[in-house]
Amino acid sequence: MSNHYDRRSFLKAAGSVAAIGALPVTMVELAFAKPTENFTFAYISDAHIQHIRGTKFVNNWDRGLIRAVAEANLMTPPPDFVMFGGDLAQLGTQPELDHGAGMLAKLNAPLKVVMGEHDYYLDLGEYWSKLFGPQYYSFDHKGVHFVVLNSILTTDEWTFNRWPTPEQRMLEMAGLDNPNGSPFMVGEKQRDWLAKDLAKVTKDTPVVVFSHSPIQKIYKGWNFWTDDAEQVQALLKPFDKVNVIYGHVHQIQYNQIGNISFNSVMATAWPWPYPQSYAQAEQYLPKLTIPMNRADPFFERDATGWQMVNVNTGRVDLAYNLYNNKPRVVGFDPKLGHPVDKDLQSVALEPNRTHY
Amino acid sequence: MSTKIVGRSLAVAVGAALLLGSAGVRADEFTKQDMERWNAQFMQVVQKGRELWTSPELGKNGVACAQCHPNAANSHPETYPKFQKQIGKVVTLPEMINWCIRNPLEGQPLDVDSPEMTALVAYATYERRGVKLEPGKH
Repeated sequence: MSNHYDRRSFLKAAGSVAAIGALPVTMVELAFAKPTENFTFAYISDAHIQHIRGTKFVNNWDRGLIRAVAEANLMTPPPDFVMFGGDLAQLGTQPELDHGAGMLAKLNAPLKVVMGEHDYYLDLGEYWSKLFGPQYYSFDHKGVHFVVLNSILTTDEWTFNRWPTPEQRMLEMAGLDNPNGSPFMVGEKQRDWLAKDLAKVTKDTPVVVFSHSPIQKIYKGWNFWTDDAEQVQALLKPFDKVNVIYGHVHQIQYNQIGNISFNSVMATAWPWPYPQSYAQAEQYLPKLTIPMNRADPFFERDATGWQMVNVNTGRVDLAYNLYNNKPRVVGFDPKLGHPVDKDLQSVALEPNRTHY
Repeated sequence: MSTKIVGRSLAVAVGAALLLGSAGVRADEFTKQDMERWNAQFMQVVQKGRELWTSPELGKNGVACAQCHPNAANSHPETYPKFQKQIGKVVTLPEMINWCIRNPLEGQPLDVDSPEMTALVAYATYERRGVKLEPGKH
């Protein structure tokens, strides 16, 4: 892993992405792509800004978001917009959301934001909504229909009746492995809204859905999971090209279910283990996914990062900007009909790739 | 379970057994109740370890072990002791835990034989039960 990250190579990589509409590692340009329809946006997620006291915040997490914002601003030409994929805060407090919003305000490109459970369960998204607006919405951009879902809701009983204080509710949901948590869901109200929203969209329009949790079921114990995933997938089924991009998992995942391509994004704060590394877990990591190599905890930013997302004729390629590992590119392969890692999918893994 | 033993040559041993074991139990004799007690003792320490692992108080900045290591995953207790290149020597799991307490948790390291460290090691190891030992593995 001598592929050391530096500013010069990043600028070159970012430049080549934007300039030729493809990606720095293995260039994949779809033959039928109309250049006017291709565009790039940046995706930053899971900053987990964590308040200590007074004006003090956990420095490590601050540095992750500051770095991603600074680098996204270096993209030339600039991204059409920047998505923030949820979990801006750790415990949903105003100081955390304000501190994070202040960092995001330094982005040059327009910002769109997804709700994460760490933003939500203190005041049920009230302060977040003051800063960022509606918790679910849609917009159209260069022929693509984008949908932003709040996928981290759960039952009314858990949300309203189980916990004596909002603070405790937030703490219970904030522990990833906490058995007192509750499975995420989009919920009936939002699914009704989604059905109406999609009714206006022609079936050949590419659809990109942004959610915080995976709209698929991977491992319930850590909420790598959305309880009504199948019902949401059913609403997306009639469309020719559907892409779901999600945060929450702090690691690279990708999958294909029917017509729907799934891609996850990195966290800027810290990496998470793959569920199979928990020896007691029953889990369903998509077979397609080639896991990331180990994280080196001695390098503060290792196995964190952000991604440049290319949209070519409605399909997405994610270029992962990893700080201490070889960069990876995961994109839709039209011949195979599912996302692949452009470098790793077709080659045998090096024997020492998985190490501790 | 009686310790009725006759024979002069065993008189000293008998005396010792009577002195030590008022319940009259030998090392190779234990009951279901014994095993339940030992397991309860162990699980109590595992539970204490789980509390510390998820506690914002272990370090100084509110960060908990479980934030990066849910269910202690990716702590790999079965690979220690091992050469940790970043530390430059062979270390045990408690030394690595102390590295984490000092750095991401910005706290003060624990004594390696403290009840707290024992509990953290017990919890991480318990969550990895059933995985084969691979000391030195990278």
